[in-house]
Amino acid sequence: MVTELEIWRYLEEVFDPEVPVLTVVDLGVVRAVKVSENSCHIKLTPTYSGCPAMKRMEEDIIDKLAEKGVENVTVELVLSPAWTTDWLTEKGRIKLREYGIAPPENEPDKSTLFADPAVVPCPQCTSKNTRLVSQFGSTACKAHYQCNDCLEPFDYFKCLK
Amino acid sequence: MNSLFEYLLRIGDDSLILGHRLSEWCGHGPILEVDIAMTNIALDFVGQTTTILELAGEVEGKGRSNDELAFLRFDKDYRNLLLVEQPNTDFGFTMMRQFLFDAYRKPLFEILMKSNNPRLAGIAEKSLKETKYHLRHSSEWIIRLGDGTEESHSRIQESLDTMWRYTGELFYKDAVDAELTVSGVLPDMSGLEAQWKKTVDEVFAMATLEIPESPWKFEGGRIGKHSEHLGYILAELQYMQRAYPNMEW
Repeated sequence: MVTELEIWRYLEEVFDPEVPVLTVVDLGVVRAVKVSENSCHIKLTPTYSGCPAMKRMEEDIIDKLAEKGVENVTVELVLSPAWTTDWLTEKGRIKLREYGIAPPENEPDKSTLFADPAVVPCPQCTSKNTRLVSQFGSTACKAHYQCNDCLEPFDYFKCLK
Repeated sequence: MNSLFEYLLRIGDDSLILGHRLSEWCGHGPILEVDIAMTNIALDFVGQTTTILELAGEVEGKGRSNDELAFLRFDKDYRNLLLVEQPNTDFGFTMMRQFLFDAYRKPLFEILMKSNNPRLAGIAEKSLKETKYHLRHSSEWIIRLGDGTEESHSRIQESLDTMWRYTGELFYKDAVDAELTVSGVLPDMSGLEAQWKKTVDEVFAMATLEIPESPWKFEGGRIGKHSEHLGYILAELQYMQRAYPNMEW
């Protein structure tokens, strides 16, 4: 029988279709893996309510496990506790930076209206002299920034708490 | 009447109809970043709709899926606020509608997180996080336009004058709310209006905007009495499912 540890290892081969350097484990969306006699149950939580990648991740998980010979896999979508960028793994943050996406910084709670935007170092030249272009970027989980020094525009994986 | 089903339609249809309105901006935003922001927010609303109407279908117990509820009801069966079905008009108008709604949605989700129904509490907990981003975005635009040029100020003031009459309905209460309050599904909502007003006053002061004096307010959306605009939205929203039943792509 396959162990839960093995399932977690297999899941490290399933990538986020929108940020393809991150695995579903790096992203922190896999909340639980439960293996019983001849089935496997996985709890998955969405990053944002409307994230169109969730359905795809669910299917990719089932396909990957089937490829590894694990049958009877069920994936359950859970909303609570709600996903936070605190669940991104350290490895995931390093991979994001290498890929050119600034990982989330510790930001003040969004309930404080008009707080200054976070200081986000440029993933290209590491300068802290960057500016927020828009809170909304190429996907729900990203904001759009630009570096004032090297002038490179870049994605910022925004902080969600 | 199934009160929980009714209540879920109310909050689910708000997300559905406003999400649809925002999606109408796709490819038409004044600048690319704004276009992307509005469609991103639209996507959050459609995502909320998916989970809220899924729960509504289960609660109703007649085997209707979230898609059937979204695409196959008639206009009188929708329970959204009149505010969210108002046409986009121009960008300032769209942001004013959004701000008045976001300022209500945030404290509403904070309260609903304490519901004794774990599914509803979970939906609120999830949706609150993205709602904070929405409110921040719409507030910033209200201030920028209100405290901007003479032209932007007069136009955003005009949109506030037009839209204010739809805000009374945000706090509409009837037997549905009363029953759900007794059973603990709805926590105490008494602070909701004051919290909304606090945000609205704070932002309008910074935006140098004046709240209209007329106390007269419209309502009806919560019991299925809509403005003419909803029918046109549904004609577009439902077209594919009506023309090609059960189609998927």
